[in-house]
Amino acid sequence: MSIKEETDALKRIPLFSKLDPAKLKLLAFMSQRLSYEPGQAIFAQGDAGDAAYIVLDGEAAVLIDTNSGPTEIARTGKHEIVGEIAILCEVPRTATVRAAGDNPLVCLKIEKDDFMALVNEFPSMGLEIMRELARRIVKTNAQLRNAMAAKSA
Amino acid sequence: MGGSGDIDRNIFRFVIRFSVKETALVCLLVAAAQAFYYVTLDLPKNIMNQGIQGEGIQFPKDILGWFSVDQIGYLLWLCLLFFLAVLVNGAVKQYINSLKGKLGERLLRRLRYSLVERILRFPIPHFRKVSSGELIPMVTSEVEQIGGFMGDAFVQPLMQAGMLLTIALFLFMQNPVMGFAAISLFPFQAYIVPMLQKRVKALGKERVRAVRKVSERIGETVGGIHEVRANGTASWERADYADRFGTIFRIRFDIYQRKSLVKFINNFLSQCAPLLFYSIGGYLVIQGQLSLGALVAALSAHKDMTAPWKELLDYYQQAQDAQQKYEQVVEQFRPEQMLPEALHELPADPAPGLGGDIALAGLSVAEDAQTKLLESVSLTIAHGAKVALVGAAGGGREALAMTLARLYLPSSGTLRVGERDLTRLPDAHLGASMGYVGPGAYHFSISVRDNLAYGLRQRPVAAPEKRNAARTRWLAEAARAGNLALDVEDNWIDYSRAGVANAEQFDGVAARVLERVDLAEDVFLFGLRGRVDPRAKPAVAEAILAARAAFRERLSGPQADPALKGLIESFDPTRYNDNATLAENLLFGTPIDPAFEVDVLAEQRDFLAVLQKQGMADELIAMGRKVAETMVELFAGLPAGHEFFDRFSFIAADDLPTFQAVVARTAPDETGKLPAISDEDRARLIGLPLKLVNARHRLGLITPDFKGRVLEARAAIHDAFGKGPAAGKIAFFDPESYNAAAAIQDNILFGRVAYGQAKAQAIVGKAMREVLDSLGLRERVFEVGLDFQVGVGGSRLTPAQRQKLALARALVKRPEILVLNDALAVLDSSTQVKTLDGALSAAGSATVIAALADAALAAKFDRVVVLADGRVAQDGRYDELIEQDGPLKELLAP
Repeated sequence: MSIKEETDALKRIPLFSKLDPAKLKLLAFMSQRLSYEPGQAIFAQGDAGDAAYIVLDGEAAVLIDTNSGPTEIARTGKHEIVGEIAILCEVPRTATVRAAGDNPLVCLKIEKDDFMALVNEFPSMGLEIMRELARRIVKTNAQLRNAMAAKSA
Repeated sequence: MGGSGDIDRNIFRFVIRFSVKETALVCLLVAAAQAFYYVTLDLPKNIMNQGIQGEGIQFPKDILGWFSVDQIGYLLWLCLLFFLAVLVNGAVKQYINSLKGKLGERLLRRLRYSLVERILRFPIPHFRKVSSGELIPMVTSEVEQIGGFMGDAFVQPLMQAGMLLTIALFLFMQNPVMGFAAISLFPFQAYIVPMLQKRVKALGKERVRAVRKVSERIGETVGGIHEVRANGTASWERADYADRFGTIFRIRFDIYQRKSLVKFINNFLSQCAPLLFYSIGGYLVIQGQLSLGALVAALSAHKDMTAPWKELLDYYQQAQDAQQKYEQVVEQFRPEQMLPEALHELPADPAPGLGGDIALAGLSVAEDAQTKLLESVSLTIAHGAKVALVGAAGGGREALAMTLARLYLPSSGTLRVGERDLTRLPDAHLGASMGYVGPGAYHFSISVRDNLAYGLRQRPVAAPEKRNAARTRWLAEAARAGNLALDVEDNWIDYSRAGVANAEQFDGVAARVLERVDLAEDVFLFGLRGRVDPRAKPAVAEAILAARAAFRERLSGPQADPALKGLIESFDPTRYNDNATLAENLLFGTPIDPAFEVDVLAEQRDFLAVLQKQGMADELIAMGRKVAETMVELFAGLPAGHEFFDRFSFIAADDLPTFQAVVARTAPDETGKLPAISDEDRARLIGLPLKLVNARHRLGLITPDFKGRVLEARAAIHDAFGKGPAAGKIAFFDPESYNAAAAIQDNILFGRVAYGQAKAQAIVGKAMREVLDSLGLRERVFEVGLDFQVGVGGSRLTPAQRQKLALARALVKRPEILVLNDALAVLDSSTQVKTLDGALSAAGSATVIAALADAALAAKFDRVVVLADGRVAQDGRYDELIEQDGPLKELLAP
């Protein structure tokens, strides 16, 4: 897989979909491509968040620690992003992410500092991301409203 | 030390204050030179009248009673005298000039020194108002222009005026009427020229303003180009520009005309003067009241007059200029509330220590007239106490910490330590006994070890028994220019403050302190990246080779560590290493000769010759074009100087346009044939793919076929540079020998950590450490780590490392008072706790005062002072205060 394919993968992520392809290519070039053996952790709950990961191949399991041990709450697959909150604000990891499935997990690691430097340089990128996040909040609010309505009903 | 007190605002006062003696000497010399100058003016007359025309002389003529000469001999004798007078006059002038040069350079040195000395005493809040970008050009380039003038300030007018007077005197001596004629036009010039100049100066300012307006307008046009196009207002814009350029035209032409008018008046008047000579002088000669010789001499003397006169007029202009520039510079170096100069005097006694309780009474600190940072704070801090200062940001905790470290000076109230007034303590005493770590600590561009020892450099501790003569002169010259006359090359590091006797023992202390602040591991890693010279330390090199063997066992021996599988790609002469650069793959070694470094390798002729012979050159050029295209595409939008260029780009920002052009002019024709390429372009293009690391850069340019050809080239390169005259330029990878040009870790790994394997660095690092520990090599590597250069401002360290190193620097000197000002806030919370614990235990019996952003950390201290709005809001033991409803409880509330 070469940088061109990685750029395509980035383009499919909603957070990045509106960005200029040249910037995405730069982001891909700056990022590290990593491969994880099945079961290997990408990061653990409580770690300092320093990077986001884009899954290029394979599957990742998202787990949170509960009283009865780690519980899988979600699975992410190809062309999905994990840990993106950490590169936007200073919070410890809220979940553990592990390579799952039978094949190695291949992902693109975007360092927080690099990402921030890029946003600093191209403020339009920051704006696009702000819009995407706002859309998410709108969506979450709507979900919350529906959930509350369902609960009170 | 500067001895200057306040800096003079007037350049002439500055100059005369520090050059009274020199100026007096110059006055004398100028006077003496005039005597000889007079002779050079007077003699031509005698040569004409007596030597050539033989008027009033009896030949043979007796000379000085020694010998007698005929007319020719007498002429030659007069010529000889003339020659001698010219010689002496020239020699004295030359001497004055050299004196003037020395004076000027010395004054420049003094001015620069006083400016820097003042920067060192600026009040800390002032640094928020000035940027180094403003200060640097003032101290470096702007004073340079002033410096040239300072040597001339008094000497030039004296010398030129002296000459003028001598010439005038000579003319008067010949004939008062002629003398008067010669100077008759000067008053007129002296009146009109400055007047015209003044107008020129005003016009100059006007021109700057007008040009600035135009540049604003151009900015507007560029920014608003859409509106201009969409509204079809180009004509209006053009008319506007035409009008502005018209204004500039008027001003510039006005300046030009006035300047040429000045020139014309000067030339005209000096050329009119001979007219007066011819008419008046001629009349007098005809009347027999003046000799022809005198007239010719007067003419040539008057011609000489124009030069000094012109110099004087120029001088007038320069003086105006220099005074203006000087004022502008000096004004920037006179902020209010500078640290008193006396505090920078180096006291005779070494630091007496800062024992005793710290007592603040009614202490206020003002940032400026409006903003008070602290308001009448009264506190007593017992010697050895551990005190936390907490409170909201801006509430006073930072200001109090900075005041305790005397970074802020109190505007009122007292601040004492024991019997001593902290605000009057000599800088060197304070620095020796006080440790301070602020947020965003700075490091100097020296090694980790030297940064640690920076806090031990208050004074030279050991001067050589006998300084050599050259060095003594060097220091004497410094003193003459008002510079500090201490030798920077003496030993300034007082190791006894760190509790050791010498530099060798210092490494041990450094290790212990770095361990406490959780930085030892990082320094060890620096050591792994450092180099060892096997000739200087053969035992270390030997041991590292043993570590390489032990590591290889772990990698592929019978008891191989499965965790390391696939994480390292070893150097194998028969395989292409995907995790190394193409250059490394070709050389299969580390460059010793800098000409073989990857950045310049493509310019190395012998290397290129081998590639050419292997038939790889064209292929590399094609690859280079692809890399260049990609780089231009990726980085063209970034501003020059962006960190990404350094970290990611193969091409520096400034060179991007060049490479764009290179790509365009090296495009192959329809048949795929490359055009003729200059050597320079060839080197540029081939240089790019040499930096490619296949596994990392993923540009898809390095194919299996290509790898095969690289291996063939590798063998050819080994043949070419492995022996014979070219040997010794590359340290080839050899499993059995130490590679002096490579880092310690590269010597142990003998391969590259694979890119793309998660956590590879950490796993490999751990294994390597275990090997080193088992061989007892840790300390040696650590010592190499202390040599690590931290870069400008500590740029090669992470923010967390910078703070930890600063903390270590403060602890190494075993301070009696340690002030921490949000020193650890950049660390993550668990490291913060760990580092703070380490620092508190390392501080021992010292008084520790720590301003904390995170109030929860206050639990580690004996006493907590809560500050709000610049006042003490609460003060007491942590466990007592959290029981009360008060500011601390509020701060801790989630």
